[in-house]
Amino acid sequence: MISPRTEAELAEAIASAKGTLCIRGGGTRPIGKPVIGEVLSTQGLSGIDLYEPGALTIVVKAGTPLAEVEAALAKENQRLPFEPMDHRSLLGTKGEPTIGGVAAANVSGPRRIQAGACRDYMLGVRFVDGTGTVVKNGGRVMKNVTGYDLVKLMAGSYGTLGVLSEISLKVLPQTDSQATVMLHNLSDHDAVKAMSAALGSPFEVSAAAHTPDIPGGGAVTMLRLEGFANSVSYRADQLKDVLASFGEISVEADQDKSAMIWKASRDVMGFQKADGDVWRISAKPTDAPDVATKLNASKLFYDWGGGLIWALVPRGNDVRAGLNGFEGHATLIRASEETRNKMAVFQPEPAPVAAISKGLRDRFDPHGILNTGLME
Amino acid sequence: MEMPIPDMAVLSKKARIIERLQEVLPKSAVIHDEIETKAYECDALTAYKCPPLAAVLPSTTEDVAAVLKICHQENVPVVPRGAGTSLAGGALPTADSVILGTARMNQVLETDYDNRFIRVQTGRTNLSVTGAVEEEDFFYAPDPSSQLACAIAGNIAMNSGGAHCLKYGVTTNNLLGVKMVMMDGTIVDIGGAHLDSGGLDLLGVICGSEGQLGVVTEATLRILRKPEGARPVLMGFNDNEVAGACVADIIKAGVLPVAIEFMDRPCIEACEAFAKAGYPMCEALLIVEVEGSDAEIDEQLSVIMDIARKHNPVELREAKDADEAGRIWLGRKSAFGAMGQINDYMCLDGTIPVSSLPYVLKRIGEMSKDYGLDVANVFHAGDGNMHPLILFDANKPGDLELCEKLGADILRLCVEAGGCLTGEHGVGIEKRDLMFDQFSGDDLEAQMAVKDVFDPQWLLNPAKVFPLVASQSRRMQQVAAE
Ligand SMILES: Cc1cc2nc3c(=O)[nH]c(=O)nc-3n(C[C@H](O)[C@H](O)[C@H](O)COP(=O)(O)OP(=O)(O)OC[C@H]3O[C@@H](n4cnc5c(N)ncnc54)[C@H](O)[C@@H]3O)c2cc1C
Ligand SMILES: Cc1cc2nc3c(=O)[nH]c(=O)nc-3n(C[C@H](O)[C@H](O)[C@H](O)COP(=O)(O)OP(=O)(O)OC[C@H]3O[C@@H](n4cnc5c(N)ncnc54)[C@H](O)[C@@H]3O)c2cc1C
Repeated sequence: MISPRTEAELAEAIASAKGTLCIRGGGTRPIGKPVIGEVLSTQGLSGIDLYEPGALTIVVKAGTPLAEVEAALAKENQRLPFEPMDHRSLLGTKGEPTIGGVAAANVSGPRRIQAGACRDYMLGVRFVDGTGTVVKNGGRVMKNVTGYDLVKLMAGSYGTLGVLSEISLKVLPQTDSQATVMLHNLSDHDAVKAMSAALGSPFEVSAAAHTPDIPGGGAVTMLRLEGFANSVSYRADQLKDVLASFGEISVEADQDKSAMIWKASRDVMGFQKADGDVWRISAKPTDAPDVATKLNASKLFYDWGGGLIWALVPRGNDVRAGLNGFEGHATLIRASEETRNKMAVFQPEPAPVAAISKGLRDRFDPHGILNTGLME
Repeated sequence: MEMPIPDMAVLSKKARIIERLQEVLPKSAVIHDEIETKAYECDALTAYKCPPLAAVLPSTTEDVAAVLKICHQENVPVVPRGAGTSLAGGALPTADSVILGTARMNQVLETDYDNRFIRVQTGRTNLSVTGAVEEEDFFYAPDPSSQLACAIAGNIAMNSGGAHCLKYGVTTNNLLGVKMVMMDGTIVDIGGAHLDSGGLDLLGVICGSEGQLGVVTEATLRILRKPEGARPVLMGFNDNEVAGACVADIIKAGVLPVAIEFMDRPCIEACEAFAKAGYPMCEALLIVEVEGSDAEIDEQLSVIMDIARKHNPVELREAKDADEAGRIWLGRKSAFGAMGQINDYMCLDGTIPVSSLPYVLKRIGEMSKDYGLDVANVFHAGDGNMHPLILFDANKPGDLELCEKLGADILRLCVEAGGCLTGEHGVGIEKRDLMFDQFSGDDLEAQMAVKDVFDPQWLLNPAKVFPLVASQSRRMQQVAAE
């Protein structure tokens, strides 16, 4: 294992690599095609370089544990607005997730639908490309259109274009209070309708999820409100009016209980121990229930107002076969190595788009040594 | 501003190129006469002008593809154009280029309130996107001051922002998908009504690429439900530094205003003389706006006003109704117009970390004295995006050059303070030659590598964004190929 302690060492390690490299932050997200190569760990590149709460910005080295970043922010009553999920319980992995892994996988949780994705909060990056060249892009200010936005390109590139060494992020204040408005026993179609109505209201719903089968039976549709306490209770009342036609409504106003609901949603806890492959499908919300029926899933969970479907599917099946040409994308998140080697893990792209992606990989990693083949 | 020497080979086959374009477009959509092409000789950076070889106004994506195929075969540079309101010279043609205008592509293709998006042709103006969904109380969030005129095409190319982006983000945060034509005529769909990319985030790099990667013909945009209401508060301070500290405290307190606008004394004076908004005469004015129901607004404003009081404001004025809100915004909204009344001005667009605001304002004051040119500052303080307005006299020989020099120095100051050259207007030709002040050669190589992949011949808007010396060999290969 190579474990550089500085960006210069990282660049040197890549420039002098003899073969393929397998880039590891915390090793908590074995997503993608299994990668063959010497492990290049970013854990030596750790630490917060700059944190200005009044400017809502933090600059961190890529190998910094996510927990360390979150703790520093919590001290100033701030947070990562995109609410990154912790993959450990779902994937059964150990280790300490790093901020570089979060950025490289563009990991965003329930609040993505209101606040935006990880990529939307990445202000700047420094990275080393496949030739060992150090590149910086973006910066540490919130508005920046100076040159191309390679920051977005690096977000979600899973280390296939370069190894991130430093990331600047925009952060936001914590909210004072939250509540979860719940609807009961709706069909998936009605649940999506209800979530659309709530998200299309002026009441700033910060998360909307639906579980078709909760332990003990029945379905529950959940809508989160966050903000000042008075405002949260006002909006909860307003939402009750908006959603009156959908039946019985209850409100979880207990702070801890509401927070637990969303932590469980964020980490897809319902799928934790269940046997089967886990797929993650991004679709147009109103298409989602129909898409879901074609997956042959034994368990479903809808986040993002229906736009994100988590599906537990019998092992070894490519769900895309039944979806022919739906608008969106399906990613295989949890499966055996054998299955991940057998089928496309990421959504195959139409030929002209695939050609652009390949062209970019060939330019940023001309020798094909960075997480080779991971995104196929 | 230096532009590349036009390609003689292209100029000499003008007739053939026009003929081929007329084969694929209606006659009225191909403009080539010397008088008519003058309408396309510049954008809102009017100091630089050059009529193009021709301008074409296609109506469909297929038309765009047909035009690009021809230009690709004939090795003709293409400059995409929306409404021509770029302040950076992004849509400035060269004599050997074809302007590809989106003006006739302004249709709404789909509105979907359940899934909260609208799909439009990109020639549609920013404000008319909101206009198309207003009936249902929805809106499109990015709101550049030029929104009445500017097109979604230009917004995407420049990744434009607006006064309300502190809360809602800029174009890239509200763009879900595009249909784009590559230089060789290939049509690609990237993104859509669903969220995020299933592979590399190509949409993210297309947005803000200043018309250099492809011609965007359709866009899927996120729309949002309008808030119940919005109200501003006006605060005046006798010290820039104190106003800056107040901004930081508001942000830290956990209220997220939709806008925090800052004006300094020269700007306040000009606006007051022009719009008579009743602003107090002081060193710094802040306009802070929040949204929600009446009760929610009251609660947020009370938190904000408590913070302001701790900084000893000389004025603290809460808008009680729409009329007062209008008057508070009046001066700010007429700032550019007010400046235009008294002088020619150049509008800069650097961004700085909010924490270095007092230092940067002080330095700008000193530089303004050194150069003997007045500078007024008006900007989006919540996100550090500054718009220093340098006042000069276009009729006075040498004044424009002096103004440009001061502008460059101010932008270098922004970079030195930890910021960047442009927050929302783009690089275009205006900041092209300052790129080495912010980026290393390797940084720029990585960006140019992206263009190599999308447009290997460097035919799309080739003389922009990158310093000419840096892009020289790539641009020349196109000429050499003939
Ligand atoms: C229990 C266990 C099981 C494993 N099983 C598999 C397996 O089945 N298949 C397999 O391929 N690997 C497996 N691995 C190896 C390991 O997960 C891979 O090396 C993995 O791709 C590394 O990702 P990461 O978890 O560091 O996780 P994270 O730190 O969570 O990173 C997520 C993604 O981002 C990339 N990344 C992380 N940091 C950076 C950075 N600074 N710059 C650029 N990219 C970065 C990673 O390569 C990864 O693709 C396993 C590891 C463990 C601990
Ligand atoms: C008074 C005034 C106020 C302004 N206020 C703001 C503000 O508040 N915020 C802000 O961000 N900007 C502002 N601007 C700048 C300008 O309005 C924006 O940059 C706007 O987005 C440009 O849009 P446009 O349609 O006019 O584009 P154009 O000027 O026509 O072109 C801009 C760029 O887009 C490219 N382009 C055009 N069409 C396409 C296409 N179809 N495909 C690919 N590339 C294309 C062009 O090649 C060019 O590089 C202001 C300008 C003025 C004059």
